[in-house]
Amino acid sequence: MITTNARKAAFASLLSLALIALMVSSGANRAHADDIPVVEITAKRFAFTPDKITLKKGQTVKLRLHSEDVTHGFFLRPLKLDEEIPAGQTIEVTVTPQTAGTFMTICDHFCGANHGNMTMTIVVE
Amino acid sequence: MKPSDRRSFLKITGASLGIGVLYSAYPAALAQGRVGDMFSILGRQNGEKVTPFSFVQLSDAHVGFNGPPDPLGTKAFEHAVDMINALPRRPDLVLFTGDLTHDTEDKDVHTQRMRQFLEISKRMNVPAIKYVPGEHDAGLDGGALYREFFGESHYSFDHRGVHFIALDNVSCAKPEIGSEQLAWLKKDLARFPKTAPIVVFTHRPLFDLRPDWEWFTSDGDDVMNVLSAYDNVTVLYGHIHRDDEHETGHIHHYAARSLIFAFPDPTAVTAPKKPIPFDKDHPFKNLGIRTVNVNGKSAPGAHSVAIEDVELTAREFRGINGVHQLLRNPDV
Ligand SMILES: [Cu+2]
Repeated sequence: MITTNARKAAFASLLSLALIALMVSSGANRAHADDIPVVEITAKRFAFTPDKITLKKGQTVKLRLHSEDVTHGFFLRPLKLDEEIPAGQTIEVTVTPQTAGTFMTICDHFCGANHGNMTMTIVVE
Repeated sequence: MKPSDRRSFLKITGASLGIGVLYSAYPAALAQGRVGDMFSILGRQNGEKVTPFSFVQLSDAHVGFNGPPDPLGTKAFEHAVDMINALPRRPDLVLFTGDLTHDTEDKDVHTQRMRQFLEISKRMNVPAIKYVPGEHDAGLDGGALYREFFGESHYSFDHRGVHFIALDNVSCAKPEIGSEQLAWLKKDLARFPKTAPIVVFTHRPLFDLRPDWEWFTSDGDDVMNVLSAYDNVTVLYGHIHRDDEHETGHIHHYAARSLIFAFPDPTAVTAPKKPIPFDKDHPFKNLGIRTVNVNGKSAPGAHSVAIEDVELTAREFRGINGVHQLLRNPDV
């Protein structure tokens, strides 16, 4: 199943990132991590903050997704994003958008009364 | 209109039927012989002969929902129940495709809503009512409360030669069937020949209808891959609060309207999902259904279809068309 594989891959890359971080810090040589820009997004019932971000086509970014309350989803088919942000936790996902456009990302983990309106916009230019 | 005054309410809506979808496997065209022959042939192939019957699909009652946009509460649902009881031919079955209740975090209140739903649902004078959950029933507690009231959220049964499969794509909180249920589905289908008539009913669409409105099932393709080995599959679903017909390969998907409020055409709107505003002069507009009368004499694929858009009326598939709902190749 594609999504499971993607999730597994994401998890594996998270794991290897963690390992690298561990190696780097124990080596006491805090080389600048990669040059990948980081975008912070907070999920809290029933909104994402910020509710709009702009990415560059072809440029890899790291999305750092944080839930301030319950478990939320982060789903955007055109960017192959299908993440689960566990309650109170932070996850990271790396994405390189290939198509320009304006896309609506949704929380697809049912989180309560106004779940259906929990969306944010990702602009790729 | 005084919403509490049921008589005037019914007068306003006229005599039109108020049900979801009536699927009629009844061969009104039996006289032509062809349909009867087909049933016999399939009966020989599948072990059990398909015998005439009809069933109704209802969806998205959202008991406990208080507008906007719809201030009518359970009125459309209750109206639908009355109309089903008034049908000239009693349907064998009612399939309810999810969002029976509206969600709340208060378990006692949700319990009360489930009870109220069942109280209304049980007024239907039909031999059997089958349910699947919607995310508003089961999304917040993994389906625990739903199962207390309605039992397992995925299951199958046979009725008069048709195999019915209930799939749950809401209980894991995401639009997903999951590997366990998928394995169960494969096992469930294993005993059937490829010609067996199969009706799948579930809450969310099993294809990407409008993913950014959460109108999809993430592993719907896996389900369709399993089902596509079978010739005669129909998928019935709800969730989208409007009519929709769709084909994936040779499999037809049909959505039922809701019994609470309607969503607009997803192909005509780029904005975020928003219900169609309530129209107090036409309280049932876009709910219930439209009637489809098919001229049973037409050749397959060349139906003469008369669609009558009426407020809260039945969309009915009769005769040949009813059979087409279930069987892909009526000329086998
Ligand atoms: Cu959410």
